[in-house]
Amino acid sequence: MTVTATRRNVLALTLALSAGLAVVGLGALTVGGVHLPLTEVWSGLRAAGSSAEATIIVREIRLPRILLAMLVGAALAVSGTALQALLRNPLADPYVLGISSGAALGAIVALWIGGRVATASPLVAFGGALVTMTWVYFLGRRAGRLASYTLLLAGVITASFLSAVILFVLTLLSTRDVRGTAFWLMGDLSVVTETQLGILIPVVGAGIAVLYGFAKDLNVLLLGEEEAAHLGVNVARVGTIVYLLASLLTGVAVSVSGAIGYLGLLVPHLGRMLVGNDHRTLLPTAALGGAIVLVLSDTLARTVVAPAELPVGAVTALAGAPVFIYLLRRTAG
Amino acid sequence: MGSWHNSAPRQREGEGPLEARLQVENVAFRYPHFELSPTSFEVRPGELVAIIGPNGSGKSTLLEIASGHLKPLAGCVRLDGVDLHRLPARVRAQQVGLARQETILLFSFEVREFVRQGRHPHLGRSLFESADDERWVDWAMEKTSLTAFAGRRVLEISSGEFQRAVLARTLAQRPRLVLLDEPTANLDIGYQIEMLRLVRQLAASESFVAVIVTHELNLAAELADYLLLLEAGRCLAQGKPEQVLQSGLLSRVFRTPVVVDRNPSSGRPRVTWVAP
Repeated sequence: MTVTATRRNVLALTLALSAGLAVVGLGALTVGGVHLPLTEVWSGLRAAGSSAEATIIVREIRLPRILLAMLVGAALAVSGTALQALLRNPLADPYVLGISSGAALGAIVALWIGGRVATASPLVAFGGALVTMTWVYFLGRRAGRLASYTLLLAGVITASFLSAVILFVLTLLSTRDVRGTAFWLMGDLSVVTETQLGILIPVVGAGIAVLYGFAKDLNVLLLGEEEAAHLGVNVARVGTIVYLLASLLTGVAVSVSGAIGYLGLLVPHLGRMLVGNDHRTLLPTAALGGAIVLVLSDTLARTVVAPAELPVGAVTALAGAPVFIYLLRRTAG
Repeated sequence: MGSWHNSAPRQREGEGPLEARLQVENVAFRYPHFELSPTSFEVRPGELVAIIGPNGSGKSTLLEIASGHLKPLAGCVRLDGVDLHRLPARVRAQQVGLARQETILLFSFEVREFVRQGRHPHLGRSLFESADDERWVDWAMEKTSLTAFAGRRVLEISSGEFQRAVLARTLAQRPRLVLLDEPTANLDIGYQIEMLRLVRQLAASESFVAVIVTHELNLAAELADYLLLLEAGRCLAQGKPEQVLQSGLLSRVFRTPVVVDRNPSSGRPRVTWVAP
């Protein structure tokens, strides 16, 4: 299916998906250790309910976590979509390519050195993502061209190497206030502070908005770098900006949630099936779809084995890895 | 014959901004293992020029230089007197369309979406196509007989249809210079003739300049106004088909004996390979 990219269609699509996200968000607020009916969720949200307990559960426990899932989901899905266009590879994803691991390592190092400076961790995670992306990009380039499988292998190997470094550093830091290996390597949305949300909301919002300005250039890039250049796109400039934005989105997301995998693969793929490959419709679909999918995944993660919790990355990997294999087999021909 | 080359552009009724004249002047280029010697040619609006020659003779390099994308080491390319290599990429893309056939698409578009990408250089700051843009897309689809394929996916249509879609995308750019690198590769003879006839007709009706690279000597003989024969980066001959397609020259360049006679129905040269 394809939704023709016109101003009206994009607006309608965005509204429809936003409504879907609101429904999923409200639903997720009702689910948990204590089931809250919608009426109580609503009064809890307005802090006008009869029970103070419901207000605390809704506003202080569930809402921040769900907002975090929305922001991280949107950031990772949009980052994956942009990387797939730039690398012209439907299998590109910040996690598979090792970029999330680079960001996680950056965040850990920042927590180690920077300690309590709230902006240090997302900032250095952005740097880690950028360095890893540059590294994998140059490893994946053969004779001036991007070799699809070389790139993927370079990413996978880099991810595994960086995971080992993360384990090493975390072992050294075991006495410090740095979260555990499951958090950094699999991703987890269970702890979030207001400060973190305060950083995430403007950065993710602005990152996606700026990226959207390049939507039509990304379309032309899907045709190939040479074709894009002949259609008047400054490929080097657009490429650099989009790489920066994809790294930024991945970096800030990973710094607060760890390396949640496959979302940047799963969601864009669903989006392509739903609206087609025009980035003017695909990017908003990926952003809102990523938010929806991660809220759903996290709701599953915290309820499916209650009272215990799964890291959300386990849920996204269970759904995403089969999609990766499917895409790998389909593009192999 | 010399006067043909130097005569002023024909003026036709109703010719607007598409009036064009391409001047390629002494362009030269060098790769590590290949050198393009200074080459010049001129094309008048409405004409179809074919660049022929063996593999690796520099045809595509010359085409890339003529597009204004690849900067020559020496010489210049002028379209209506304007040096193409001095234009910003977007402005140049409003005037020059280049279509190659080697594009490998991993992401499928619907045919109309694919053709619509040709409007990219004209969008300016707007993120979406205007009604005018959509009209040119419809026009390009109609000219290439693709209207019925609008909703099909480019990865699912035949190679002949895909080749037409690439041409349609280039036409939707509304360029005054259309450059096609092997537009008939992978096409059966019916499609080959149809494709070049279409380019020729459109070049005349829209009065753009068309330059193609091709291996199909007889097709070039029938449908091109002007030929350039390249060998190892040097232009050995240029002129009307009957001037360039000489049996001795072709036998030497393609390292196989050929006979050139006349096509009885068109009177144009006809090249036949002779088994050695």
